[in-house]
Amino acid sequence: MDRRVEPGGDDVGPMKPAPFEYHAPRQLKDAAELLARLPNAKLLAGGQSLVPMMNFRYVIVDHLIDLGGLDELRGTAVVDGALRIGAMTRQRDLEFSPEVARQCPLLAEALRHVGHRQTRNRGTMGGSLAHADPAAELPAVCAAYDATVHALSVRGIRQIAFREFCTGFMATALAPDEMIAAVDLPIWRLGHGHGFHEFARRQGDFAIAGAAALLDVGADNVVRRAALTLFGVAASPLRVEAAEAQLAGKPLDAAAIRAAAAAAWLIAPISDIHAGGEYRRHLAQVLSARALNDAARRAGVEA
Amino acid sequence: MGAKHFGARVTRLEDPALLAGRGRFVDDVKLPGLLHACFVRSPHAHAKLRGCDARAALIMPGVHAVMTADDLPEPMRDTPLPLLLPNPALNVPRTQTALARGEVCYVGQAVAVVVADTRYIAEDAAAALVVHYEVLPAVADCRAAAEDGGPGAHSDLTTNVASTFSLAYGDTDAAFADAAHVFREELWQHRGGGMAIETRAVLAHHEPVSDLLTVWSGTQTPHIGRRMLADLIGRDLQSIRVIAPDVGGGFGPKAIFYPEEAVIPAAALKLGRPVKWIEDRREHFLCATQERDQYWDVAIAVDGEAKILGVRGRMLHDTGAYVPWGIVMPYIAASTVPGPYVVPSYRLETVVVLTNKVPTTPVRGAGRPQAVFAMERLIDRVARELKIDRTEVRRRNLIQPEQMPYEVGLMFRDGKPLVYDSGDYPRGQDKALALAGYDDFRERQEAALEQGRFIGIGLANYVEGTGLGPFEGVTVRVLPSGKVAVATGATSQGQGTRTTLSQIVAEEVGCRLDDVVMTVGDTAAISQGIGAFASRQAVNAGSSAHVAGQAVRQQLIALAARALGVQETDIDLEDGVATAQRGNKPSIAFGDLARLAQGIPGVSLPAGQSAGIEHTAYYTPTQAAYCSGTHVAEVQVDAMTGGVKVLRYTVAHDSGRVINPLIVDGQVQGGVAHGIGNALLEWMQYDANAQPLTTSFADYMLPMATDVPTCAIAHVETVNPLNPLGVKGAGEGGTIPAPAAIVAAVEDALSPFGVRFAEMPLTPERIVATLRAAGAYDRLFAG
Amino acid sequence: MGKQATRVMVNGKSYARVVDARLTLADFLRHELNLTGTHLGCEHGVCGACTVLVDGRTARSCLMFAVQANGCAVTTVEGLAPDGQLSVLQQAFIDNHGLQCGFCTPGMLMTLTELLGDTPEPSEQDVREALTGNLCRCTGYAGIVAAALDAAQRLRGTVAKPGSP
Ligand SMILES: Cc1cc2nc3c(=O)[nH]c(=O)nc-3n(C[C@@H](O)[C@H](O)[C@H](O)COP(=O)(O)OP(=O)(O)OC[C@H]3O[C@@H](n4cnc5c(N)ncnc54)[C@H](O)[C@@H]3O)c2cc1C
Ligand code: FES
Ligand code: FES
Repeated sequence: MDRRVEPGGDDVGPMKPAPFEYHAPRQLKDAAELLARLPNAKLLAGGQSLVPMMNFRYVIVDHLIDLGGLDELRGTAVVDGALRIGAMTRQRDLEFSPEVARQCPLLAEALRHVGHRQTRNRGTMGGSLAHADPAAELPAVCAAYDATVHALSVRGIRQIAFREFCTGFMATALAPDEMIAAVDLPIWRLGHGHGFHEFARRQGDFAIAGAAALLDVGADNVVRRAALTLFGVAASPLRVEAAEAQLAGKPLDAAAIRAAAAAAWLIAPISDIHAGGEYRRHLAQVLSARALNDAARRAGVEA
Repeated sequence: MGAKHFGARVTRLEDPALLAGRGRFVDDVKLPGLLHACFVRSPHAHAKLRGCDARAALIMPGVHAVMTADDLPEPMRDTPLPLLLPNPALNVPRTQTALARGEVCYVGQAVAVVVADTRYIAEDAAAALVVHYEVLPAVADCRAAAEDGGPGAHSDLTTNVASTFSLAYGDTDAAFADAAHVFREELWQHRGGGMAIETRAVLAHHEPVSDLLTVWSGTQTPHIGRRMLADLIGRDLQSIRVIAPDVGGGFGPKAIFYPEEAVIPAAALKLGRPVKWIEDRREHFLCATQERDQYWDVAIAVDGEAKILGVRGRMLHDTGAYVPWGIVMPYIAASTVPGPYVVPSYRLETVVVLTNKVPTTPVRGAGRPQAVFAMERLIDRVARELKIDRTEVRRRNLIQPEQMPYEVGLMFRDGKPLVYDSGDYPRGQDKALALAGYDDFRERQEAALEQGRFIGIGLANYVEGTGLGPFEGVTVRVLPSGKVAVATGATSQGQGTRTTLSQIVAEEVGCRLDDVVMTVGDTAAISQGIGAFASRQAVNAGSSAHVAGQAVRQQLIALAARALGVQETDIDLEDGVATAQRGNKPSIAFGDLARLAQGIPGVSLPAGQSAGIEHTAYYTPTQAAYCSGTHVAEVQVDAMTGGVKVLRYTVAHDSGRVINPLIVDGQVQGGVAHGIGNALLEWMQYDANAQPLTTSFADYMLPMATDVPTCAIAHVETVNPLNPLGVKGAGEGGTIPAPAAIVAAVEDALSPFGVRFAEMPLTPERIVATLRAAGAYDRLFAG
Repeated sequence: MGKQATRVMVNGKSYARVVDARLTLADFLRHELNLTGTHLGCEHGVCGACTVLVDGRTARSCLMFAVQANGCAVTTVEGLAPDGQLSVLQQAFIDNHGLQCGFCTPGMLMTLTELLGDTPEPSEQDVREALTGNLCRCTGYAGIVAAALDAAQRLRGTVAKPGSP
């Protein structure tokens, strides 16, 4: 469901999609070929964001290319120190994957906040990244891990660093003929800590704001590496570099976390019908502190 | 009553079919040749209509018709829809026409209808229709709209004030002049909706052979709908049958007669084919009526002992673009304020303002949640200022049971003086507090605070006029099969009407519950009916079922005595059999009695025997039945995010004698959920141009399973002396005091910071902003 | 434009139809197959009234096209009591007053059927969380939660029938 598109234009009624041609390729290359060739085409993954927009007729397509039959896009594997996740891997499968829990616990925790079990049964990793909702959890997690997106087209496979992937409000660096094939999440050292906190009005709603944190702390209690990502507060997930810089290379304690969280105050937050900017800024600070605290605790530091 | 069925926790007769997916909702009805409609609606809050070009739409394959107001039959074409509740204080009795003529006054107002082979095609065609609008300034804020000189919600009106009235008794001026203390509060309540999960739905079919127009409608009031349709379409009542089959929730907005209920039958008549329209959820947000939306400026005068001397103030009601139910909600709100308290003087000036929003009509609670919010906030204020416990201030002011019947001094909306028939308010409050663990709450609160958790408790009392007239009817008839047929104009949108009425009839007639066959919501089944609103059916239909059941019982006894050759006093009726309590106990089954009652063709009936075993009763209450209750909410507030969780919720409720505790508890629990929504989540937002902003279930937030705790419910049964069953209504009591109790609890939880709240819904953002203004975060961030 | 053949197994019965590609699975079930137990409350994925099982997992049938279900096994509320005998869960709804208007009920039953299948001993919190995907305006959820916990207990106490809850 996409909650950002407000009613407008002269169509006040529709709740049934406009007509389109349906394609269900069985081969990845066929999908890429269809996407390159067909005018006004869209990819269909889990449909949990796209189909509501089609029902409202906010999105009208001539061709719908269903990725559901592409087994090559499903599954997880560890490749070169990263967890590779196929674009069509369902969120629910990731939620219960022991591999995800072990290698990328931040992702496992974030998934529990993505919609409801009924939407996670259908919704996919790739769909969530491509949809790039500013409040979505999975892009935030990818930002925290400095993930790499594998973009596939008839021209081949291109790797996009996640920093470059989200280009604005629900916009990505994907070219019109490109699809996400997979995403790589670099695995952090065993024993690192993670923390994920969001504030949503109800269970499963898109967050008003959220924070995802990763902390790698050495035996000397000194932070070796820190990642802090905010979501819901800007057009796309936001790495709080000031906070990360403050933490890195220094001993981790309550004061350090407080100071790092305070850096979240510096963001320029968005306003919409769900919340004003001031409130989002406040939440960013509160949730950053909570996420960092959890990460510290899991890294073995009682801050 | 030798209660076998009455008062029992009977599981519902409705359930098996609904659970098996065999319910029959309007959209489940399939007819040969069925066509589907889609309405074309105004995207503007206020605009002049400058014509419509349907050519592109009409040539699309599968499209059968495009109709605008000009294509409607007389008098529907330009007659405004009927105003259900006229009132002399209503200066601008404006209602909309079935399809807009000349001007549209809210986003979503129906301009045209497209009929096609499928809904999909109808929507394609609707998108191809070109409507020309000349956009006019829209009125969005009722506070500005009430002032002179701004834009008008209707271009031909010189004022936006639809009505001003004042409800008053006693001498408030003197009370306030002499009072030891006067406290004033400014309060605001949002706009929200009924939001039944089944949207509205209409299916119309004209059968030329019988010339019968049958309309299936997801309505709470089929008989009223039939009457209005008959007027608009120029047909006799008996040539129209309106059926409300299974209806997926009502909560008020389905008690209205809507444009679609006129237009779809007109389309079916015009095309000679059945036409169906199923409202989609976005239409529901735009076009189904809403409520709340009031601004209050009220003050309370008390003496040094916190005894109330008077309440006075002003209230602004945003009524939207039209007044299909007149001024009933602001009127009810104004007359609900004194509630369960002795309020010696009272005056409320009410201003009802037109805006370019969808009209307001009653939604579960109908004005009462707002009034209770106002009164309870004032009392909490008194308690705080005078440093007396909130429960004690209430205790000192509650009407005592000895004062019953208690005359408030106002006229209620039923046209009768506001007289509480019965009730024991102090007992209700005590019961609720005991069940809620109020006495040890302070200890729990302190313990929680030590763990850094902010918990709080709040309470609210209310009195609600339920069971409104004018009447409801029930026919009870014994069939030759031995079954007992019951028909009523009452309807069901989930309240378990069938079960409840079956219990009453089975109790009276002496049959098994399973032997009752019930027809509800069908104008063909009984000649007169009203329907569901104002928690009126248990009182009205329940009493009628009781009276009709008693009459049938008498008939059965007389017939059985004659058939078995014994005295009437010897006859016992049980499980569908009449048995003589004599000798070898001869008996005769109801079915055989029903056959006897048919007589023999050509032979006169014995003297005194009427034809068949049947009776119809129309119970007409003399006045409203006043139910009451106390709610206690316990919440936890995350002071850092403003998030509120309702931890525990307690209700003590007096709905008179309880026919079925399972069903009454279910009504209370469901009502509380609605109240939690009103208190914390649900908010229909509009922008400055009166464009609705929250038109999906993602933006307009209904409470989920994680937002509503299972309530602890206690019953305080004081028997209503005014109806034969001793019952009062139960459908809305859960909703009415909930926002007042919850907002009070949030305040209590945050008492270390001394913050106050005066609005509902109370959003986390507001909580955080208020805490920030109070300097709370200097402390919290440091800690 | 956009006609497509689809073959779907619904409640154990195979159906082959040529449908508009844009026909949602919900409308297909309701209007093509006349299985009207599956309800539509929002058609934008939030209310859950349209929830069915697709290959054993809950899904919003308003957010799937019928053509996407090609080759899938779909279970609707009608499939929970195929021989007219209510399932343990359905009976628990009666006993615990788990429904009022009954409009949300089919979706609730599908969600809880999945939950009880993968979590035989759910906590109240598990039940409530699963139910966040389904809105009910009538009941305030108490009866539904009680019914789910009751059914779980009954199912643990008895030998689960194949295909139940
Ligand atoms: C009630 C409800 C609650 C929700 N709550 C949340 C929430 O809290 N947080 C959250 O993050 N999401 C939430 N969602 C949305 C989430 O469920 C979706 O899964 C996600 O946003 C999109 O994934 P999808 O697989 O369903 O993609 P689709 O809806 O199928 O597609 C989304 C977009 O991505 C494009 N796309 C899909 N796959 C690819 C690909 N491989 N390459 C390129 N483009 C592609 C599509 O063309 C489309 O534009 C919610 C949805 C619902 C219905
Ligand atoms: S109708 Fe599908 S989720 Fe509401
Ligand atoms: S029972 Fe009516 S919506 Fe749930």
